[in-house]
Amino acid sequence: MTKVKLPRKSTAIDMTAMCDVAFLLLTFFMLTSNFTQKEPVLVNTPSSISEIKIPERNIMTILIDRSGKLFFGIDGQDKRIDLLKKMGEAYSYTFTDAELKEFSLINRFGVPIEQMKSFLALKPADRDLLENALGIPYDSLDNQFKSWVRFSRFVNPQLRIAIKADQALAYPVIKDVMNTLQDLDENRYNLITSLEQSPDQIQ
Amino acid sequence: MSEVNTESSGSKKGKKKGAKKVSTRIDFTPMVDLGFLLITFFMLTTTMIKPQTMEIAMPSKDKVPDEEQTKVKASRAITIILGKDNKVFYYEGTRENDVDPAVELTDFSSSGIRKFLIGRNYDVMLKVEELQKEKRDKQMTEEEFEKKKLEIMSDKKAPIVIIKATDEATYKNLIDILDEMAICNIGKYAIVDISDYDLELIKDKNI
Repeated sequence: MTKVKLPRKSTAIDMTAMCDVAFLLLTFFMLTSNFTQKEPVLVNTPSSISEIKIPERNIMTILIDRSGKLFFGIDGQDKRIDLLKKMGEAYSYTFTDAELKEFSLINRFGVPIEQMKSFLALKPADRDLLENALGIPYDSLDNQFKSWVRFSRFVNPQLRIAIKADQALAYPVIKDVMNTLQDLDENRYNLITSLEQSPDQIQ
Repeated sequence: MSEVNTESSGSKKGKKKGAKKVSTRIDFTPMVDLGFLLITFFMLTTTMIKPQTMEIAMPSKDKVPDEEQTKVKASRAITIILGKDNKVFYYEGTRENDVDPAVELTDFSSSGIRKFLIGRNYDVMLKVEELQKEKRDKQMTEEEFEKKKLEIMSDKKAPIVIIKATDEATYKNLIDILDEMAICNIGKYAIVDISDYDLELIKDKNI
């Protein structure tokens, strides 16, 4: 019997190809990703069968939590700076360059304009605390929300309005918000919903 | 310096064979590890699913002169009132000859308001279903389908739904009822402020 001699092979594998694949995927994910944006309050959106996707850019987000606090945000950092300048002019507040810079980094905010300065002075981690999340006033006495929408439209005419509200929100609140938008001739807007699993689950 | 040089050159002489054997290959394993770690990070932090939205167009607030207003035929009108605790009320037509319309109480389940709306909108539902079948078979383009669907939905006999929400209704109720409009292919519907008359109608049942 002749023994078949197996050649001794090294167990080390060439990792170069695997490395290539890994970095290729990494590049793909880095280029396609847009990060999950942190929101100041937890909002549980109602579900619907609608499958229209929201566009990625030029969105004005109106966030309303279950107690009726209103948060607001637009995208585009330079647009945000213009927006705060305009708001400052209208309510006679002057913001420093540092404050404008700080504001341009905030996705959603929910403070009355009177508290904006102290809000911007806070550490980013403290801004989402409950006592600092006051909501933007939108009642008929002091409708700052209306000004925010008007000036946002002014700095970026292509903005689309997206309302993201909690499902337990009382109807009068949403009616107020819709009426405000109607006053400004903003008649088309999107209501953000989550996908319904099956049509039978509506209760 | 020079000393070191001479020493190294000296040692080189002696170990010449050994020094040459060092492979130029690098172990890529840690780099792969790093690559996959970063991939995992990016995969977890990205949002692949964009949120769903429901598009809604509200009428503008400009006053329309009376003669230009679209009059709703009473027989086509269905009024839906969103009440307390997910209650839904509906009635057809309007007050005629001093007789109040009969108000029915129902809910958001598929055997509730949906059943009623589908019943009232049966012709349109059938036509849309046929159209969907046609779309599947003949591969009709999306635009063509939407256009034809709109045509069917603006049928002259199809019901017109008027949605009125009481102050006790929630945002979820509003979304749900708008959803029902989409499910039942209601072409024309409007969200209207509730009137005292309607509140009076549902007063006994909205407890």
